[in-house]
Amino acid sequence: MELKDLIIQKLNDKFKDIKLEIVEYRNELTILFDKQNILNVCKFLKDDDDLQFRLCEDVTAIDWAKTHNRFTVVYHIFSLKNNFRLSLKANIDESDCSIDSVSSVWRTANWEEREAYDMYGIKFNNHPDLRRMYMPEEFEYHPLRKDFPLMGITGSLSLPKK
Amino acid sequence: MQKLTKEDVHPKIIEALLGADTNITIEDALENEMILNMGPQHPATHGVLRLLLRLDGETVMACVPELGYLHRGYEKMAENMSYYEFVPHTDRLDYLAPMANNVAYVLAVEKLAGIEVPPRAQYIRMMVAELARIASHLVAMGALAMDVGALTIFLWTLREREKILDIWDILCGARFTNSYTRIGGVANDVQPEALAKVKWFIDQFDEKLEECEKLLNTNRIFVERLEGIGVVSAEDAIDLGLTGPSLRGSGVEFDLRRATPYLFYNEMDFKVITHKEGDSLARYFVRVEEAYESAKIVRQILDKMPQGETMANQPKKVLPKKAEVYSKMEELIHDFMIINFGINPPAGEIYSAVENPKGELGFYLVSKGEGSPWKCKIRSPSFVNLQAIPHLVKGHLISDVVAIVGSIDPVMGEADK
Repeated sequence: MELKDLIIQKLNDKFKDIKLEIVEYRNELTILFDKQNILNVCKFLKDDDDLQFRLCEDVTAIDWAKTHNRFTVVYHIFSLKNNFRLSLKANIDESDCSIDSVSSVWRTANWEEREAYDMYGIKFNNHPDLRRMYMPEEFEYHPLRKDFPLMGITGSLSLPKK
Repeated sequence: MQKLTKEDVHPKIIEALLGADTNITIEDALENEMILNMGPQHPATHGVLRLLLRLDGETVMACVPELGYLHRGYEKMAENMSYYEFVPHTDRLDYLAPMANNVAYVLAVEKLAGIEVPPRAQYIRMMVAELARIASHLVAMGALAMDVGALTIFLWTLREREKILDIWDILCGARFTNSYTRIGGVANDVQPEALAKVKWFIDQFDEKLEECEKLLNTNRIFVERLEGIGVVSAEDAIDLGLTGPSLRGSGVEFDLRRATPYLFYNEMDFKVITHKEGDSLARYFVRVEEAYESAKIVRQILDKMPQGETMANQPKKVLPKKAEVYSKMEELIHDFMIINFGINPPAGEIYSAVENPKGELGFYLVSKGEGSPWKCKIRSPSFVNLQAIPHLVKGHLISDVVAIVGSIDPVMGEADK
C-alpha cells in the first residue's frame, strides 16, 4: 500500500468522528480538519510506529482576507523514516483567533508559533512563552495581516529616547 | 557585554529568563546570579543576534535569544511584488551562500507554476549550489576558529572563498548578491572561462583544505575548546528541528539531497557525512568533510554536464531572450505581459525545500492565480537552528557560548528575514 493511502486510512481508523478533507496537489498531501483536533492528530502522527512524523519543519498561517474562516494555520511535518512530507491545515475564524499549541509535541513549534503570533495575531493556547518573535513587544499590529499596509503605519514604532 | 539592571530589559524577557526551566544545581557557595546582555553588536554572535544570559558565577543558567534586529519583512514584500522581482531579495537571506538561495527560490516557483527546466540549466544550478556550499562552509570554519582564538585559519579559508567569488564574478558579473538563476533556467549559459576556473579551483581545493585542516584538527586549544561543548543528542536534535550540519553532527543521516532528491542529485555519487558525538567539534568536522563531498559533486557535474538550452521554452511563464524581444512581435507581447502582470501560476500551494549550507531552506508559496504570491513563507534554517541555543548553552561557561554559536553557524539575514 502506498504511504499516502496508509496515512489516510490510519487517520480515518483512529479519528472516526473527525471530518478530514484531503487534497493532493503537485504530489503533496494536505489534510484539513477542525482546529479542536489539532493536538490529538499531531500526537498520533508523531508517535505512530509506521508514520513517525518526528520533524516539524514549519508552522505558519495564511490570511485569506475574508470574513468567515479568515486564517488557516499550516503545519509542515516530515517523517525521517519514510522520507515523506505532510501538510496539516486548520481553519480559524477571526472572532475566535486561537488554536492549541503543538509545542508540547514538537519543541520546534515553539518559535514557529511565536512567529505566527507576531505576524498574524493568532493566539496559541498553552504555549509556554508566547512573546513576539521579531517585532518589539510594544508594537500593536500584526504586519503580515492583509489589512496592514506595505508602507507601515506612521508612529506605530516608537523611536529610542535621545 | 554589559551587566543589566531590571529597567534595561523588557519585563516579558525577564519573565522568560526566570521562568526557563533550569535543572542545573551548582554546588558553590558563590551566589551571584546576574543577567548579562550579549549582542546585538557583538562580533562573536555572527550578526545582530542578541542573547540574554542568566548567570550564576560564570555558568549559564538560562538563555533567551532575541531576534528581529535585521527583520526587513521579506515575506510581506514578496506578497507585493511579482515572482520574478523577488529573486534578488533571496540573495539577502543567507548572504554567505546567495546562489543556493536563488536556486531554492526558483525551484519553488517552478514547482508551483509547473515549469520544466532543461537539464543543462539544472546542472549549472547544481554546480553553483555546491560551490556556494563550499564557500559557506569555509566561512563557517574560519569564523568558528576565530571565535575560539585561531585567527590565521580565517584568513586562509577566506582566501579560498575569494576564488569562488571570482568565479561568480565571471559567471554573472556580481561577487556577492548574484541573482543568477531565473524562473525557468539561469540568466546566461556558463562561460568556458568560468568552467575552466571552476575546474582549476576544484583541482587545487582538496589540498588547500587539507592545509587548513592541519592547522586545526591537531590543535589542542581548538579541540579542547570544542570537544564535549554544546552536546545535543539525536533525539533532541530532531525534536528541536535542527537541520543541516548541526543535525548530522548528532548522528542523524538526514540530507534533503538524499531524502527528497531534487535537481539531479539522485545521479550524483556522494556521501552523507554524519558524526555521532553531537558536540561542537562534531559539527565542525561535518562541515569540513561536506566541503570535500561538495568538491566531489562539482567534479562529477563538470564531467556530466550536457549541452543544450539554459532556459525553458514556455513563453507565457518564462521571459524570452532580450534579442528576440527586440526583433519579434510575439516575444515582445509575452515579455510585456510577464513584466506587467506576472506569470500567474494556477491557484494552489506548494512547499519546496532544499538542502542549503545551513540546513533546510523551504519556501511555502500560496498562489491565487495572480501575478504575485498570496503568501510566501520562508522556512529558514538559521531561524530554527537558533532555537537550539538555549538548550545547548545550559550549564556551560560564557566563553563556550561563543563557541556554540559559532558551531551552529547562524546567518542573521536569514534568521530575521
